[in-house]
Amino acid sequence: MMDKHRLSHGRGSVFALAMLMAGVAQCFAQPPQINPDTVQLTMAPVQGSVYVLMGDGGNITVQVGKDGVMLVDTGFAQLAPKAMAEIRKLSSGPIRWIVITHVHTDHSGGIAAMAKLGMTHESIGPPRIVAQSNVLNRMTGPQPNNGPKIPEEEWPNDEYFLPTKDFFFNGEAVVVYHVPDAHTDGDSIVFFRRSDVLSTGDVFTPGSYPIIDLSRGGSVDGEIAALNKIIDITVPARYQEGGTIVVPGHGRLCDEADVVEYRNMLTIIRDRFRDMIKKGMTLEQVKAVKPTLDFDTEYGSTTGFWTTDMFIEAVYKSLSGKK
Amino acid sequence: MLSALLVLPAFAQVDFTGEWAPLYHEDGPERLPGPELGDYTELPINAAARMAADTYDADRISVVPEYQCRPHGGDYSMRGLGNLRIWREIDPISEKLVAFHTHLLAWDSERTVWMDGRPHPPDWAPHTWQGFSTGVWDGNMLTITTTHLKINYMRRNGVPRSDKAIFTEHWTRHGDYLTVVTVIEDPVYLTEPLVRSDNWYLDPGQNIGVFGCEYAPEVPRPEGTVPNHLPGQNPYLKEFADWYGLPYEATRGGSETMYPEYQKKIAGEYHPPEKCSRYCKCTSLFDCNVTSK
Repeated sequence: MMDKHRLSHGRGSVFALAMLMAGVAQCFAQPPQINPDTVQLTMAPVQGSVYVLMGDGGNITVQVGKDGVMLVDTGFAQLAPKAMAEIRKLSSGPIRWIVITHVHTDHSGGIAAMAKLGMTHESIGPPRIVAQSNVLNRMTGPQPNNGPKIPEEEWPNDEYFLPTKDFFFNGEAVVVYHVPDAHTDGDSIVFFRRSDVLSTGDVFTPGSYPIIDLSRGGSVDGEIAALNKIIDITVPARYQEGGTIVVPGHGRLCDEADVVEYRNMLTIIRDRFRDMIKKGMTLEQVKAVKPTLDFDTEYGSTTGFWTTDMFIEAVYKSLSGKK
Repeated sequence: MLSALLVLPAFAQVDFTGEWAPLYHEDGPERLPGPELGDYTELPINAAARMAADTYDADRISVVPEYQCRPHGGDYSMRGLGNLRIWREIDPISEKLVAFHTHLLAWDSERTVWMDGRPHPPDWAPHTWQGFSTGVWDGNMLTITTTHLKINYMRRNGVPRSDKAIFTEHWTRHGDYLTVVTVIEDPVYLTEPLVRSDNWYLDPGQNIGVFGCEYAPEVPRPEGTVPNHLPGQNPYLKEFADWYGLPYEATRGGSETMYPEYQKKIAGEYHPPEKCSRYCKCTSLFDCNVTSK
């Protein structure tokens, strides 16, 4: 049985403690201390040609076929050799495409390592590394809290700025959608049309409140819009179950109904905060009425790098415009 | 002699195969037309569940299109409206029981209770409405454990049940009657297990029809609308207490309110109406409505 805490941002790890102390923005900019020898990775079949690699860091979606390998996100750099070993159990083909859902290192930190490890004699060059243009802007610009510069080889080499980008790989259409100003300002969700699998990055993280990274352009309204976009794309099979399978940024496999619950939760919380802000309540007054009490036992946390308190502050600041 | 031995059941188990009709002698108003708003009695819920139910707006089941065809959860299915079919799956080589399958009228819900000793799925596996069920025999009683449920309701007036809940069922057959006792454990919304029971009778002539469901938004709303009452602003919460003469606190649920000792605590505060005015009769779908006498 898999350790579920490994699936949720590495709660309880040294990394989580470091993140708590340093703050979200700083933490996502810094490579965490991870011992690959102790990390457990699990490759799980999703549907069609798509698999998911789960462990410390974000989920890595893996699509394999006659054309080679495509990844959505890379996980941490330190885990790239171990992740690659798991991918090689599925395919010996070259990695030709990597889509990065957003800038955080638990999803993008392994770009350079995976690109290098994914080269084979069949490669005609390094993989295309797709990301929304704001990911590149965030990587090339100054890092939060004067963090170290991100090396050029870790940048995407195929950024897009229109609402969508699509290509055809391993016998199916792959559609990349930009969902603006959600978890960050550069989020992408990736739809594998024949396999009927949607990979969402961190705009959807079942089991924990969404991380609204205000310092990188995230917002509550954008996050809700992104969840509604996911619901638009997904089509359930019989009686609102199955059909399109959703691979979240962290956590277990889901379908549309799970996203609906998550969207409902955030929409209801947004409605409450709007009302309280309209009444002129301060952040401290909002916290005092425990406005998320009904959802805290499902999604909240008092420890780790993203606590309920931090979520409440982010929602309040996002909706009030106060910094 | 040899042929007699060959047809002996391996573990003296009971066969639940057949067509079963529900009996609504327990909790009829809750199970048939649906619970009153604000009625959390008999539920050992915590403050989180209470707030979720208090802020629930029943418009949600029509306004949120994805809710229109949402089935009951596996823990609620046996309480819901509709008839039941149970059949066995036998391994053709070994003749061993592999699974019981159930089909319920409501949302054509189908469920498999694996009897072959297989493990439950890993944490990363998708959750479903009916969950993943395995059964073991306890004498003639079948005990079923179900995990991997989707978020759903504990009671249909907004009291939630989480996706971390598991439930255990005990199926017992007494001739033509089937009794199902369900024990729900939910670390998110319950402070202690919730125990409920339902009964069925064998009805071999039963013919279950097709339920069918297609969602159809009928009132234009902004995308993503999720009806909800703001905390403290639900005007309907006290109706149940007023109608039945109960102290409001007694309707709020929680483990303390579930046990006989609580009656002493509210002695003098319970003033039942002199004459029954709501659900005075409720034994089946055909006689259970708010004005039934």
